[in-house]
Amino acid sequence: MQTQVLIIGAGVTGTGLARDLALRGLSVVVVEKRDVNAGASGGNHGLLHSGARYIASDPAAAAECHIENQRLKQLAPHCIENTGGLFVAVAGDDERYVADFPEMCRRCNIPVRQVDPKEAREMEPTLSDSLIAAYLVDDATVDPFKLSLDNMADARRHGAILRRHSRVTGFQMAQGRICRTAILDEVTGKSETIDADVVVNAAGAWAGVVAGLAGATIEMRYSKGSLLVTQSRLCERVVNRLRMPTDGDILVPGGTVSILGTTSVRVDSPDVIYPEVQEVDAIIDQGAAMIPQLAVTRYIRAYCGVRPLIGADDPQTSEDDDDRAVSRGFALIDHTREPGAPSNLITISGGKLTTYRLMAEKTADLVCSRLGVTAGCRTGVAALPDTVEARWTEPGLAPNVWLRQKAPDDMLLCECEMVSQSVVDEIVAGLQALDGRPHLKAIGLRSRIGKGPCQGTFCSQRLAAYLYDQGHLQGTDGLAQLRVFLRERWRGQQPLLWDMNLAQAELLEAMHCGLFGLELEKSP
Amino acid sequence: MNVSGKQPSCDLSCDLMIIGTGMAGMAAALFAARQGLDTIQVGLTGEIGFASGLIDLLGVHPVAQGAPVDDPWEGIARLCRDEPHHPYARLDIETIRTAVQTLLDFFETSGYPHAVSERGNQRVMTPVGTLKTTYAVPHTMQAGAWALARQAPCLLVDFEGLKGYSARQIAAGLADRWPALTPVRLVFPGGRGELYVEHMARALDAPAVRQQLVDALRPHLCGMAAVGLPAVLGMYRTREVQADLQSSLGLPVFEIPTMVPGVTGLRLRELFEQRLPAMGVRPLFQHRVLAARRSKDGGMAFTIAPEDAPRRIQARAAVLCTGRFFGKGLQADRGGIRETLFGLPVAQPKDRASWHHKDLLDVQGHPINRAGVEVDADFRPVDAQGRPVHDNLFAAGSILAHQDWIRQKCGSGLAIATAYGAVKSAARFLQKLYS
Repeated sequence: MQTQVLIIGAGVTGTGLARDLALRGLSVVVVEKRDVNAGASGGNHGLLHSGARYIASDPAAAAECHIENQRLKQLAPHCIENTGGLFVAVAGDDERYVADFPEMCRRCNIPVRQVDPKEAREMEPTLSDSLIAAYLVDDATVDPFKLSLDNMADARRHGAILRRHSRVTGFQMAQGRICRTAILDEVTGKSETIDADVVVNAAGAWAGVVAGLAGATIEMRYSKGSLLVTQSRLCERVVNRLRMPTDGDILVPGGTVSILGTTSVRVDSPDVIYPEVQEVDAIIDQGAAMIPQLAVTRYIRAYCGVRPLIGADDPQTSEDDDDRAVSRGFALIDHTREPGAPSNLITISGGKLTTYRLMAEKTADLVCSRLGVTAGCRTGVAALPDTVEARWTEPGLAPNVWLRQKAPDDMLLCECEMVSQSVVDEIVAGLQALDGRPHLKAIGLRSRIGKGPCQGTFCSQRLAAYLYDQGHLQGTDGLAQLRVFLRERWRGQQPLLWDMNLAQAELLEAMHCGLFGLELEKSP
Repeated sequence: MNVSGKQPSCDLSCDLMIIGTGMAGMAAALFAARQGLDTIQVGLTGEIGFASGLIDLLGVHPVAQGAPVDDPWEGIARLCRDEPHHPYARLDIETIRTAVQTLLDFFETSGYPHAVSERGNQRVMTPVGTLKTTYAVPHTMQAGAWALARQAPCLLVDFEGLKGYSARQIAAGLADRWPALTPVRLVFPGGRGELYVEHMARALDAPAVRQQLVDALRPHLCGMAAVGLPAVLGMYRTREVQADLQSSLGLPVFEIPTMVPGVTGLRLRELFEQRLPAMGVRPLFQHRVLAARRSKDGGMAFTIAPEDAPRRIQARAAVLCTGRFFGKGLQADRGGIRETLFGLPVAQPKDRASWHHKDLLDVQGHPINRAGVEVDADFRPVDAQGRPVHDNLFAAGSILAHQDWIRQKCGSGLAIATAYGAVKSAARFLQKLYS
């Protein structure tokens, strides 16, 4: 296959870049070793930062955040809930930081409005009664799955191609350039090659690995952040702790739930990461200082992502230093000037969800200058279309549609999140058109299936049975996919298993292991 | 603790109080009734509906190897050698056999016989297309094992509107082991829309509905040696339903378990709820024990729900069959696991981080599943020094420590055998008390 640009990685950066380049008229192929947003793009708060969190650690990034925040609210409103945000300090917090906060925000052009703690508690009744200061900011929430899926869908509409489950296995060089990229389809085991004029490494935490395959070097460190999903929504707005960023200091609404995070734990590899029990306890204990209910509420799920941090360890700083202090700004690396590295490889890494569009724009500008393309960026003015492919990630939509339509034969496969057969049909049709792989996990990523309190206990098998009935599953594929789906859900359940969750997990294991014997099967 | 502050309205007393209505509680009540003990049984009967209805004794040992057990009796003997703290090891094989046989005899005389295989464990199809190892199956499933052993050509039936059960899925999953499976989808008599197994089973108790099902099945029988259906062949009249279908179709008919809660669990609930009172057990089903304490005379005093009109029960002895976390016999918070009624010591891993593996399907089984109440040779819960907490409190079933019923596939056997042991000890205690 031939293309002008090959993008490695279908996170928000890769899909955003694909759309940017496709809108400029370039031919684009995106290869992704797992699925859209499988890495950090799917493992974050879903917070559209006002920028105020970074005013002290990274004022330039803070200012960028605010500009992009305003822009995305205009261009992608369907991915965003414009909740507004609060920064709150409680008794015992650093009062100097609190006092400096408005001035630091002003210097970054980030508007803030002070509110009386009493007023803040009227806005958000779950806030602690030991509040000492509160400021309103322009925070909002963004559905990162919808965002990436919409970017990719629009890119595809403009000719881009997405290959899921396709891992880069090697680069073939000629005259100091990558002339051919070898891809392995991890589902079929088939190999393929792609000849591209420019290769963009947007592999996120795996950027170092990809660069290494091409003979380039990126020093990377990995900082894991874990987050918790509550059963119900505890706040209308984003609530940030008004202090230097640390653990458990942001609570972000996500439709019908709230998401509490995060942590910063150095890990050796981004490949196998779990939210850990110790992190969960730290997040809850910290979060409860802002919102006491966080100590007793039910948590549905934990998840984590890896922040890729570019640059070698500073030998002057100790291991214990907080990786949050490292800039969250992005790194656009042109490997041309690096001896021994291919001249047509570009790496884009780091950054934030909030600034993904800006990162894509800067990267696309560099790609275009390499290719002598003069077309300008359009993503700063052209609205992101609300596509059918990304429709069902939104909490509450599936139940609304189902309740409105009241079709008696359209049964709910996921009763917790009320996802019906017709919703699954639509997602399956999209996946069929994409690459013919309507796997359980892929359907889960594109909908709310398995995301409610039962965490897949019932809906996993209901979905598998339905896919067999519709002819989308054959042989023992369903068994293998059930195992994959339930294991994936379990990653997020295992650190939260006490009280009702533990009872639920016991039922899950009793049915899927006790009765079905899934643990005894030899498939993946 | 008297939650409402009201005085308990009515006092009851008994020799033996059985707390819990899962398989262990039901079996304990049966054994107590057969011993002629003056027994009250209390508990919410929702959870037994989640039982698979299959009588597992031991299906896997050792767990870490995922090694299937063909002969459960030989397997239990091996298990007791390898895991001397396993509750089974508190009993000898003959006692376990007697306990299980007593229960199977009870099922038989209640009109719901179970089938065992001379060769030991049997294999049962599951909705995900796997084969499950178990010991005794309801008579409605017996022909399935027969057909599997012969790889007989079978019609596998599912119904439009029954979620989580696909004949195609079962046939596809078993294709390499049993190629002669033909899936077919039918409309259940009485209409379309979403179906629930309990309604289907109750509907098939009626001959007219069965006749419609027979009519729907007839066109698909050519070349078939048996017909497999989801487990909905009647709630109360399973023998009649099965015999009727078999004679009308001229073929063996068998059930395949569905997702839980399934009819095979609900039948057990119905059967115990109907039969135990007739045997002399005083049932307080749908009542929850709010509080338990030792009274001054050494007996047990219980306060039971409803909270607005609590009742007090005096008992000379009690058997605790309250189950684990799903049954609410055990409860966990972030800091640890506790026993909910008496605050009994719970053997448990050192901290929460070691409760579960990171992989749901880890072959070792999750350490928390082996947490629970430790008992002495008489099934009396013990303290850290190994001494009985109370001389008149006994425990049975999944609340017991040092077993993993889910992975060992020993849930029913464990419940029945330990209930038998606990009731026997309780009877001995009462006998001494009155002599």
